[in-house]
Amino acid sequence: MSVLAVAEHRRGEVRDVSYELVTAGRRLADGLGGELNLLVVGGDVDGFAEDLNRDGVDTVYTVDDGEEFNHGIHAAAIERLHADLEPTALVAPNSVDGLDYAPAVAQRLDVPLVTDVIDFEVDGGGIEVTREQYGGKVETTYQVDADQYAVTVRPAEWPQAEDRGDAAVEPIDVDVGGESGTTVNGFEEVGGGDVDITEADVLVSIGRGIEEAENLPLVEELADTLGATLSSSRPIVDNEWLPKNRQVGQSGKVVTPDVYIAIGISGAVQHVAGMKGADTIVAINTDPNAPIYDIADYGIVDDLFDVVPALIEEFGGDPPEV
Amino acid sequence: MKVLVTVKEVAEVDDEFQISGLDVDDGSLEYDLNEWDDYAVEEAVQLSEADDDVEVVTVTIGPERAEETIRMALAKGADRAVRVWDDNLADAGFLDVDTKAALLAAVAEAEAPDIVFSGVQAGDDANGATGVALAERLGFEWAAVVNDFELDRDADVASVRRELEGGVEELTDVELPAVFTIQTGINEPRYASLRGIRQAQRKELEVRTIDDVGLDESVLESPVDRTDMYEPASEGDATYWEGSPEETAGELAAFLRDEGVVSS
Ligand SMILES: Cc1cc2nc3c(=O)[nH]c(=O)nc-3n(C[C@H](O)[C@H](O)[C@H](O)COP(=O)(O)OP(=O)(O)OC[C@H]3O[C@@H](n4cnc5c(N)ncnc54)[C@H](O)[C@@H]3O)c2cc1C
Repeated sequence: MSVLAVAEHRRGEVRDVSYELVTAGRRLADGLGGELNLLVVGGDVDGFAEDLNRDGVDTVYTVDDGEEFNHGIHAAAIERLHADLEPTALVAPNSVDGLDYAPAVAQRLDVPLVTDVIDFEVDGGGIEVTREQYGGKVETTYQVDADQYAVTVRPAEWPQAEDRGDAAVEPIDVDVGGESGTTVNGFEEVGGGDVDITEADVLVSIGRGIEEAENLPLVEELADTLGATLSSSRPIVDNEWLPKNRQVGQSGKVVTPDVYIAIGISGAVQHVAGMKGADTIVAINTDPNAPIYDIADYGIVDDLFDVVPALIEEFGGDPPEV
Repeated sequence: MKVLVTVKEVAEVDDEFQISGLDVDDGSLEYDLNEWDDYAVEEAVQLSEADDDVEVVTVTIGPERAEETIRMALAKGADRAVRVWDDNLADAGFLDVDTKAALLAAVAEAEAPDIVFSGVQAGDDANGATGVALAERLGFEWAAVVNDFELDRDADVASVRRELEGGVEELTDVELPAVFTIQTGINEPRYASLRGIRQAQRKELEVRTIDDVGLDESVLESPVDRTDMYEPASEGDATYWEGSPEETAGELAAFLRDEGVVSS
């Protein structure tokens, strides 16, 4: 009744989500009354195993193959170790790479998969997991009745395991079986440029509620009036209304301003990942059930096209007609 | 060359909504083409515009209602569509990733595409797993969360960018046949033209049952069952400013002045 959790690293660093996986994995292992084993594949596996040796981990298995993530090698390594250890639960991060191998691995192992899990309860022969649906407006629970299953866990839901452990480290050899049809050639950083939203004390951040590019002058004027910097959620950047360096969130920037004013932003998990560390969060959104209100300190449930002009006028500004 | 695009009709929840049983009440739901699939359709249509011999086929698991969404994809330039549905699927309610991947794989095997585009996730369920599960079932290569796609037809290789966390992109070559899960922002999805909408009415939209695609009811059996759906207890402790826009803006202005954020 053990747990096998797959750690993640990139460009020489163990990613934070791996330490969260230790916490979640240990809890799951306790529920099952078994061991928590980690697997780390590729890169400086010895160094990574050292880093991952946190309290609660029984064994760190290492596969020294390749430098960076490659789903072919990952899948082969997991398949091999899964056959040896026969874990009840396979746990992977619900990260971009996690979603690049976990669904394939679950198919290959013929185990059910539930992704983006935010909570779980071990019961009887299976597990009950909790996840969000409809953009975070509702939660659902699922009962998984299987002797073996796989879950991906949402990043930043569990605290990182910090205390040093006394795990055994065990290198294993895996035959990846021929060449992979996928070749990783490198990385590139995007979202540079003259504006650095991570430096701003106050961010006026705009989302899909602004509706059209023609309406942007309204929030630009607000940012000017407040001496704040303009940032946005993803759809604004996808539409090319603002450049990539303004995007807050999982695939954009992580910001920690004193004040973050979220205007017409629903608060999707990938957005919140980039701004939940702000000191004070103010939300302006017509939908009282928008998830952004779960993390907001102050809220105005009203139309941004009424509130923003009034706010500009409060500071003696002249709101543009939109 | 054939491109298969998985297209899902997703449900969006109204601001005010009711839950009945294990799902949001149908009266509180609006249906639309999944945002990620809109980009996937566009990527496929652009390939067919670049080369005459490219056929774009969409595949959807969904009830008759979904045909409006499917016609929209046809109006944007897909050539024909397959919709999988029957009474057993209608009765099944919740479908897990494995079931969806199995049904899509059955259609894909018959179509034998070179490329499959699917969305990174569906806006409603947000599993983010169906495309990659489908690839494994088909024995295809794959890449998840793709925000740039360049095809080299002579080499049968696609050079893509996978959008990772924190503004980092991975540059990857993928041998065809392969499944790509498409991320928003990869292109600029077109609006359907009036002409396109008219043409879409005449395009082939074939409905197939589980039986027609060569599977049986056992594909619906799943060890994963939805047991509850509820509105989460708000974790928040937000202070709400209420009143007219002038009043609420006044409260926010006072707060910003108190914080020393603005001096004027
Ligand atoms: C792999 C991956 C990575 C992602 N990375 C990011 C990321 O880095 N950053 C990011 O932001 N998203 C990211 N996303 C997308 C994310 O899932 C959401 O789709 C996105 O954050 C939604 O943006 P939004 O809140 O602006 O739009 P919506 O969710 O559409 O919300 C718009 C909000 O505006 C409100 N509104 C509408 N009209 C008005 C009005 N007149 N006045 C006031 N309020 C109004 C609505 O009530 C609604 O709550 C990612 C998704 C994936 C799958």
